[in-house]
Amino acid sequence: MKVLVAVKRVVDYNVKVRVKSDNTGVNIANVKMSMNPFDEIAIEEAVRLKEKGVVTEVIAVSCGVTQCTDTLRTAMAIGADRGILVETTEELQPLAVAKLLKALVDKEQPGLVILGKQAIDDDCNQTGQMLAALADLPQATFASKVEVVDGKARITREVDGGSEFLAFSLPVIITTDLRLNEPRYVTLPNIMKAKKKPLDIVKPEDLGVNVSPRIKTLRVVEPPQRSAGIKVPDVATLVAKLKNEAKVL
Amino acid sequence: MTSLVIAEHDNTSIKGATLNTVTAAAQCGGDVHVLVAGANAAAAAAAAAQIAGVTKVLHIDDAGLAHGLAENVTAQILAIASNYSHLVFPATASGKNVAPRVAAKLDVGQVSDITKVISADTFERPIYAGNAIATVQSLDATKVLTVRTTGFDPAAATGGSAAVEVLAAVGASAAVSFMGSEIAKNDRPELTAAKIIVSGGRALGSSEKFMEVMTPLADKLGAAMGASRAAVDAGYAPNDWQVGQTGKIVAPQLYVACGISGAIQHLAGMKDSKVIVAINKDPEAPIFSVADYGLEADLFVAVPELASVV
Repeated sequence: MKVLVAVKRVVDYNVKVRVKSDNTGVNIANVKMSMNPFDEIAIEEAVRLKEKGVVTEVIAVSCGVTQCTDTLRTAMAIGADRGILVETTEELQPLAVAKLLKALVDKEQPGLVILGKQAIDDDCNQTGQMLAALADLPQATFASKVEVVDGKARITREVDGGSEFLAFSLPVIITTDLRLNEPRYVTLPNIMKAKKKPLDIVKPEDLGVNVSPRIKTLRVVEPPQRSAGIKVPDVATLVAKLKNEAKVL
Repeated sequence: MTSLVIAEHDNTSIKGATLNTVTAAAQCGGDVHVLVAGANAAAAAAAAAQIAGVTKVLHIDDAGLAHGLAENVTAQILAIASNYSHLVFPATASGKNVAPRVAAKLDVGQVSDITKVISADTFERPIYAGNAIATVQSLDATKVLTVRTTGFDPAAATGGSAAVEVLAAVGASAAVSFMGSEIAKNDRPELTAAKIIVSGGRALGSSEKFMEVMTPLADKLGAAMGASRAAVDAGYAPNDWQVGQTGKIVAPQLYVACGISGAIQHLAGMKDSKVIVAINKDPEAPIFSVADYGLEADLFVAVPELASVV
């Protein structure tokens, strides 16, 4: 059984982005780019399933600019067997990415597809659910535990108030939550090995997908800044301030 | 032009997030209808009919809808979607699960986590953990939206008198089955609806200490309890207490951050709180840059003292 994992190249989570002065977007020139943290968890889970003998091949897919090959190499250093880059310089929105992934699901016929639950740049939380809809497959979103037994996936999902346990027939689309696993550190020998793994490049046109944006960004601004307040010397002063000044107690 | 709000409910009552979503839907213009898709959910449908500003409630009852499975709820929404200009979901775990499935089936782009309605097709939403606010326009005929509840006041839960129309259910999916759930039961207010939240960080050191130090303060203030991602990752607090970019987004009247350093992703989840108190012994902690009142102190001394005097 194959597993397909989608990985996105995003601004590193430690970078605090700045809005461009012309308000057309945020400035991502010359900032550190990394794999979306939830996608790293997705790759790690796929590789663990392979190590357990549940799956036979881990395929990493990324959609976007040429530099996404770096993200794919990282995925292969974690343990993916091969990579596919759907290369385009167009702005890709979740629906378009879901359509590209759907085309690859049709081609590769994986038993599992694993994606991060959300990308930390656009914070959309849509692509996995959209892929499940387009492929007409069930969806196991926000997974904190994945077990594949007897051709079924048993998934624990994080929901408001606690956890939910669901069983799915395969294939199923899974999106990862933070607590699913802790991704391994990539080692130098594995980075070297990853450079030799196969990486295919295709274009959206090759997959017959129109990626035109459906949502137009009109402007991007800084959020209202919250200024620092005051330091209080002790608990008594704090309580007095909360009662008399802020009036929240 | 009519909006359909997909209600968040537990089959007996309507969850608070539904009320904020109704307000957002009303701002899109036109009538607001509410869909209650559940099992034995007549009480929830009756409660939805009381919400001020709602003109019609659609009630679909089926065993397959008992647990809000995305596959089954989506099928119900698709059966009636063509009657609506806007499909509006709360940005809760269940809203986020279902909305994109509906959007993709309709071949429309979704606008996630809106915090403001500018016009029927234009919305504001935070991106990059709230470090930028984008104004976006949906180019599709049907708008599929999720609503960040902290961006909108709740509609009044009573005062309305909408008609309840019962619709037949379409079939349930065979590809997924519900095996059970573990939902914590407590008497505290819901994190996303609480007026006061006390939240703990990694500095608490263990789950025992977390509960021992934080619970008395929460009890005294009638507060909900939250936690930083670091505290949840370390196992000090349950998953669903996590406040932040990828956890719960909260905006209470008072947020008390104890031993939380203030990582970007945490601030993204709580910086719209009305009053923020930070208790931290590190004078350089970034949390102080957003706190209205900062107390540089050892939380193991200050938090019990605070609990004893409020």
